[in-house]
Amino acid sequence: MTDWMNTDSGQWVEAIGKSDRLAVATALNLIDDRRPVKQPEVGKLFAALETTGQYEKGHVVGITGPPGAGKSSLASAMAENWLKDGYSVGIIAIDPSSPFSGGALLGDRLRMTRSDPHNGLFIRSLSSRGEKGGLSPQAWPMSRVLLAGYDIVIIETVGVGQSEIDVSHMADTTCLVVQPGSGDTIQFLKAGIMEIPDILAVNKADLGHIATSTADELRLALPDSDDTESWKVGVEVVSASHHTGIDKLSDSVLNHRKWLAEHNGLEDCRKRSEAAWGVKRLLEQFGQYGLEQLGGDDQIIDKWIGLTGSPYEKLESFVKTLVK
Amino acid sequence: MSERNVGTNRDRPWLMRTYSGHTSAKASNELYKKNLAKGQTGLSVAFDLPTQTGYDADHPLARGEVGKVGVPIAHLEDMDTLFNEIPLDAMNTSMTINATAAWLLSLYVALAERRNIDPALLKGTTQNDIVKEYLSRGTYIFPPEPSVKLTVDTIAYTVKHLPKWNPINVCSYHLQEAGATPMQELGYALGTAQTIVDAVRDSGQIDAKDLPKVVGRISFFLNSGIRFIEETCKVRAFGELWEHICRKRYKIDDPRMCRFRYGVQVNSLGLTESQPENNVQRIILEMMAVTLSKDARARAIQLPAWNEALGLPRPWDQQWALRMQQVLAFETDLLEYGDIFEGSVVIDKKVRSLKDQAVAELERVKLEGGMLQAVESGYIKRQLVRSQAERLRAIERGDHKVVGINCFTESEPSPLTGGDDGQILKSDPKAEKDQIQRLMAHRKRRVGEEVENALEQLRQSANTGENIMPASIRCAHAGVTTGEWGKVMREAFGEYRAPTGVDVGARSKGDLGKIAALRKRVQTTGEEVGRPVRMLVGKPGLDGHSNGAEQIAIKARDIGIEVVYEGIRLTARQIAVAALEEGVHIIGLSVLSGSHLELVRDLAGDLEKYGIKDLPFVIGGIIPPEDEDELKSLGAVGIFTPKDTEINDVMAQVVDHIREYKGLEVMGSLQ
Repeated sequence: MTDWMNTDSGQWVEAIGKSDRLAVATALNLIDDRRPVKQPEVGKLFAALETTGQYEKGHVVGITGPPGAGKSSLASAMAENWLKDGYSVGIIAIDPSSPFSGGALLGDRLRMTRSDPHNGLFIRSLSSRGEKGGLSPQAWPMSRVLLAGYDIVIIETVGVGQSEIDVSHMADTTCLVVQPGSGDTIQFLKAGIMEIPDILAVNKADLGHIATSTADELRLALPDSDDTESWKVGVEVVSASHHTGIDKLSDSVLNHRKWLAEHNGLEDCRKRSEAAWGVKRLLEQFGQYGLEQLGGDDQIIDKWIGLTGSPYEKLESFVKTLVK
Repeated sequence: MSERNVGTNRDRPWLMRTYSGHTSAKASNELYKKNLAKGQTGLSVAFDLPTQTGYDADHPLARGEVGKVGVPIAHLEDMDTLFNEIPLDAMNTSMTINATAAWLLSLYVALAERRNIDPALLKGTTQNDIVKEYLSRGTYIFPPEPSVKLTVDTIAYTVKHLPKWNPINVCSYHLQEAGATPMQELGYALGTAQTIVDAVRDSGQIDAKDLPKVVGRISFFLNSGIRFIEETCKVRAFGELWEHICRKRYKIDDPRMCRFRYGVQVNSLGLTESQPENNVQRIILEMMAVTLSKDARARAIQLPAWNEALGLPRPWDQQWALRMQQVLAFETDLLEYGDIFEGSVVIDKKVRSLKDQAVAELERVKLEGGMLQAVESGYIKRQLVRSQAERLRAIERGDHKVVGINCFTESEPSPLTGGDDGQILKSDPKAEKDQIQRLMAHRKRRVGEEVENALEQLRQSANTGENIMPASIRCAHAGVTTGEWGKVMREAFGEYRAPTGVDVGARSKGDLGKIAALRKRVQTTGEEVGRPVRMLVGKPGLDGHSNGAEQIAIKARDIGIEVVYEGIRLTARQIAVAALEEGVHIIGLSVLSGSHLELVRDLAGDLEKYGIKDLPFVIGGIIPPEDEDELKSLGAVGIFTPKDTEINDVMAQVVDHIREYKGLEVMGSLQ
């Protein structure tokens, strides 16, 4: 077996591109490693990843929604569909961790377990790790590695606090899973606060009338747009447990990716997700004051998008401006 | 009225059984005949896990499990051998069978028909309670909806054709093993019984006027723990609540149909591996709880053997358990009196309090939408996992005394343990191979066309929703196998994975003691290895007893470990792949079925195949000392058995195994 940590990063990335489980897992473990001595190795890996076409390849799908809405079941149902259609699928499933112990129970694999592991499927569970309501800082770089090895990357997260926004920054397509009869979501939409989802999925269609009427209310609450060019947020009624409506939802997710590509939005999406990660890392290291020194979020993002090189090189260039 | 009934007026004793079955139909048949000769009055058949989960002996998931925890029954010939020289019309047979209950009952009916015995004469019980399989025992196959449909089919069929059969034994037994308090046992078992009777009533398979007959055939299977006064009150509360439900909910007036009929196996959870002779007095006290009160006395009792925590009991150990029952029934004056608690204010008060709590919990379940919804949402499982965690903490703290475990631990060397056979029954290593050979021979012998036609009819019955029993009985006659029946049903109904319940709140307050020390160790180790410590808790094989694995997962989470837990019935390959993809630092396996050697051999092979052969793993279960060397040579760095009751100490060792793997200095035992 290859010891990827001590192998040329070009070969390593090539193996990741072929969905080699050990190569992918080793890369994710390296990203997870917080020791400063490991950072150059992460940088090297990401420099090699630059060759894999990160602005045009693959599809990053974010799935979010309140606890109990059935995100995991839905994610696994869609993944099964895509696997059947010949796509390979990488999944990052994020569960909350205990603020007291840091421990976490990661049970999302449960619903994805197949008696015979599929070579085109890779699942890594992640805990939120103290990131206040948001996503673990490792989520974006991990999704980047999976994107190199798999056709579709699913990021599934509990939609509480900041994480809904975080995941929408990270994904090409964000699917918000809604519990039938949950008035909160509709209130958010009406208030115009949540311009996050590209697709709404009302789960538990098996509950019948309450699911369809929730979908109707959502459709009414969505903003009307005369602009034929803009993406029209769809509302799908599905049942993960009865496997109904999954085909349509899966197609609608893929259609959004197609729309993005046709409207030259994909590259922008990917660059912005990288920049959003950069802003978070800067915030982590230097606080709000540091961000202001660099001209604030928007300016950092604009500047970031203009830079070339690996994400770690770009991050380094901002750090250097601050720490002279 | 005289106070005592002596001589011929003594009450009839309960049915005495021993839960048994192993290796093969032939070996089990010999055991049954021996037990009956010793004065046992009924049979209690233990099936092996492939039979319980609808697989034939040659299925990959059956590997290592054939003939281990019970007898393998694949087809009618096996059933015939199992009951060789046992008259079916005179026997009372209890079968611990659930997901495949309709199939095993079909084999039993077909055997009676083949022997020209009227099925109407058959007496016995199929356990057939799927709800507790999702919550505790783990041998479910299908989702709740079709599973309940199969239960309804067997009930509707037996009420019409096997009027003396108990088609379902609603079990609170396994709920207690999973941690249930008496109140939870009452609430959830009665909730299950209502769900089933409602389903039969609403199925259209039974005339409204026959509903009393259905209710009259519902029986229960209870546990009895060491707090025997409370347990006495629990069985009395069961009787009163069930009668109330029958009268109010189902409008039944005939008191005979409202009677709470139940069998018992006393608690196995509280049996200890250290000083195992103490289990004898535990078993007897627990038996008292379900026999003392005449008005709430068990109809059938089976007792575990004193050495169950060590491994499979030998015939002599089982004989000892049977003799305990016989001494109580025949030597003592217990059966000469009416209900000795009649008029007891203390008992009445406790019974009332348990009833009130149980009714409140039933109301809570109603808020979830009913029993099945509360199972699917994970609500009940979480309640049980929480109760179990509380029980273990009470033992750790010493609030809950267990003699020989957390007090009075000094012991003279025991003359009962030790000796050549390790004081347990050795399973026959040839059992699996022999069963597969018999299976192959059977498949060659039967008529292919009849098999195909019978399976086609079964498929149609499953798809159209008609009663599954007639088609199943036809399959039994045609020589269909357990695996073939299971496959058709799996295709029709799909398979299910139940919630694990481990997502209960973390322990964060109060005296953390050892937990605080462990958290520090986990955190330090995480910093030294560069990333959070991660552990995979896995249950390979068909064994569904997940309570141990769940408690380890919760404790690991409580001390700061990121735990990946996937529930039961995993293949070695799934575990290896999950360990790799999740980047864990250690694997913890739990195997209680006795197939640890086969499963660990497979896992070692798969870890190597996926390039992580150095990844350490520990294993917990009922593991005889003589297997330890081979497990270690296969790569197990730690082996835990029921005598390792202090989970904190177990976790300290797990952390040290991770440290050793990563080349860090070990930290030693907790102070």
